[in-house]
Amino acid sequence: MSVTVPGPRRPREDALNKLKPVITKRWMSPGAWKLDVYEQLDGYKALRKALKYSEGDLISFMKESGHRGRGGAGFPVGMKWQFVPDDGQEHYLVVNADEGEPGTCKDLPLMMNDPHSLIEGIIIASYAIKASRAFVYVRGEAIHAARRLRNAVREAKEAGYLGKDILGSGFDLEVVIHSGAGAYICGEETALLDSLEGKRGQPRLRPPFPATHGLYNKPTCINNVGSIAAVPHIVLGGAQWWKDLGSENAAGTMIYSLSGRVKRPGQYECSLGTTLRELIELAGGMEEGHELKFFTPGGSSTPMLAADSIDVPLDFDNVAKAGSILGTTAVMIFSDQDCPVVSCWRWIKFYAHESCGKCTPCREGNYWMVRVYERLLSGRGQMGDLKLLESACKNLLGRSFCGLGDGATSCVTSSLKFFRQDYLDYIEGHKPAVLDAATIGAH
Amino acid sequence: MNYPEKIREQAEAILVRYPEGRERSALLPLLHLVQSHDGYVSDDGIAFCAEVLSITKAQVQAVSTFYTMYKREPAGDWLVSVCTNTLCRSKGGQKVFDALSDELDVGHDETTADGKITLEHAECLAACDYAPVVTVNYEFYDDMDEEKSLGLVRELKEGRRPVPSRGAPLCTLREISVQLAGFDEERTAGLEGNAQGDATLAGARLAAEAGITAPAFDPTAPLLAKQPEEAK
Ligand SMILES: Cc1cc2nc3c(=O)[nH]c(=O)nc-3n(C[C@H](O)[C@H](O)[C@H](O)COP(=O)(O)O)c2cc1C
Ligand code: SF4
Ligand code: FES
Repeated sequence: MSVTVPGPRRPREDALNKLKPVITKRWMSPGAWKLDVYEQLDGYKALRKALKYSEGDLISFMKESGHRGRGGAGFPVGMKWQFVPDDGQEHYLVVNADEGEPGTCKDLPLMMNDPHSLIEGIIIASYAIKASRAFVYVRGEAIHAARRLRNAVREAKEAGYLGKDILGSGFDLEVVIHSGAGAYICGEETALLDSLEGKRGQPRLRPPFPATHGLYNKPTCINNVGSIAAVPHIVLGGAQWWKDLGSENAAGTMIYSLSGRVKRPGQYECSLGTTLRELIELAGGMEEGHELKFFTPGGSSTPMLAADSIDVPLDFDNVAKAGSILGTTAVMIFSDQDCPVVSCWRWIKFYAHESCGKCTPCREGNYWMVRVYERLLSGRGQMGDLKLLESACKNLLGRSFCGLGDGATSCVTSSLKFFRQDYLDYIEGHKPAVLDAATIGAH
Repeated sequence: MNYPEKIREQAEAILVRYPEGRERSALLPLLHLVQSHDGYVSDDGIAFCAEVLSITKAQVQAVSTFYTMYKREPAGDWLVSVCTNTLCRSKGGQKVFDALSDELDVGHDETTADGKITLEHAECLAACDYAPVVTVNYEFYDDMDEEKSLGLVRELKEGRRPVPSRGAPLCTLREISVQLAGFDEERTAGLEGNAQGDATLAGARLAAEAGITAPAFDPTAPLLAKQPEEAK
């Protein structure tokens, strides 16, 4: 394919120097999804290296590297591996490739363009936790990703990287690529396990945790695509190298997925801890005529931040200090021409639709919040509506059975904090209704 | 339940992917499989899955109705999904949906009178960097607007198969359901379908142009300060 860059001006040096192409580098090579090209580009070298070490050494090494999960919660990867008991039972590795959090779009390009890196990571991780079977639960809609992953598994098997006695190590592994069928909740790790067992995707009560009672009630390690695909790079580069790529207390690179009102949206792999100001600079600046108003640091379930957070280093600790969550580094950028109230309405409609219905706060709370937003946006809002939203959030946060319910409150609470006037504008009639009362009533 | 031998063989091939005694895991792929035959999850399809897994029809139905990709009515050859979640909506996704709804004279989850095209609004499709996005049978058409999306469905109506921005050349929804059931893409051109795009490569290209690379490393350096124990 042709390589034409739509070219705004060259970004400033300080921003450019934040770019660290590691995970995304092979995406530039059009054939990297094929085994021969992957091998030319260092593919499966990390596996050969890893197999020289004991399982325990690999886990110690991952802990040493400071690598944290890329699925949203940032849990240390080495520690998660260590939690899988070494008890002679069958163990499983399950890769969470359900990417569905609004704004998030980093795992699909990885699986489409560099599927072998995920497979190689899976083999190393499975070896470390002594799993003889791994499953990749791919979001159903991600068909091109599933297609290329399945091809990668076939190629890897033919080359002796999968199957029995991998590279003469005595280690056996089968990998199954399993497509979901359209349900955001299946990204929640315990709902994913139920779905993978052929059931409705509804979260499980914890404890017991998946580490001891996971898939088929057996010890299971669940990791995000990005967490596992980074493993071969870390094994080759070393723990210190990975740490140095990031910033203090935040090891490694991170793929920041920029979307919205920038000139050049896309995937920007940078040092963990890059600021929004630097990211916007890399993306060629804001779109013509748009001024930054708010953004999400990591998807719709992370509280939005206002423009004054433009210099917050986007890493786990600093984003938490600023009142949000790093999440999936899905940086959705909104401008003065986007309305936070409309944005929240649409997100809450999403959560209401995707609520699995298992617990009352989430099932009912999101349903009612949609009603309140539609009243506000059709020009029939009342002062009490803002209180109603706040109390709905209070009933959801911490009282929901899983993170979907908690996550739904993020945009509501944060927008009420930063943009209360935007809500009042609809109530006081300063802003015209954007929804038609008649059609809403018909719902 | 008159499913051809081929479907029964495929069902068997799905079952063996999962550990013995854990065949229930095959239910989602099996539902994709019956959809590949019937164009939706029919009563026969439900009965078939129940029979194959030795579970009740009610158990199958409870699962099939939980997931949006299982259609309850016969769907068209072309499933056109328009993302209208917040980010795409802010960049025109709702306008795209409305334009297509007018053009096709159908609403969400409805199929055109000739049975060819099903329209739906979708939640975030993990392609926000190409907003607003449309998919046809889950292959991506990136950076859409009203005009481009109208052009796309008009071509579909005329029996053409416009090439997606990312993904494989189009095949029908029934054909794609075979792949969703976990079977290999048989078309070389399907595997080779483009996966790159300006947004995907934005950061990597910028770095390449500016001559920026990650720091070098010694791939042979030991993982831990001590030497590797001889594993096994
Ligand atoms: C509603 C909901 C949806 C989620 N969706 C995803 C997802 O699509 N992909 C993912 O990796 N993690 C998702 N997660 C987080 C997972 O539950 C889990 O924390 C993650 O897969 C762990 O991987 P990591 O430790 O490698 O980060 C979701 C969580 C919730 C509450
Ligand atoms: S919080 Fe929502 S998604 Fe999670 S268990 Fe409760 S109803 Fe289901
Ligand atoms: S919001 Fe449309 S693809 Fe993410």
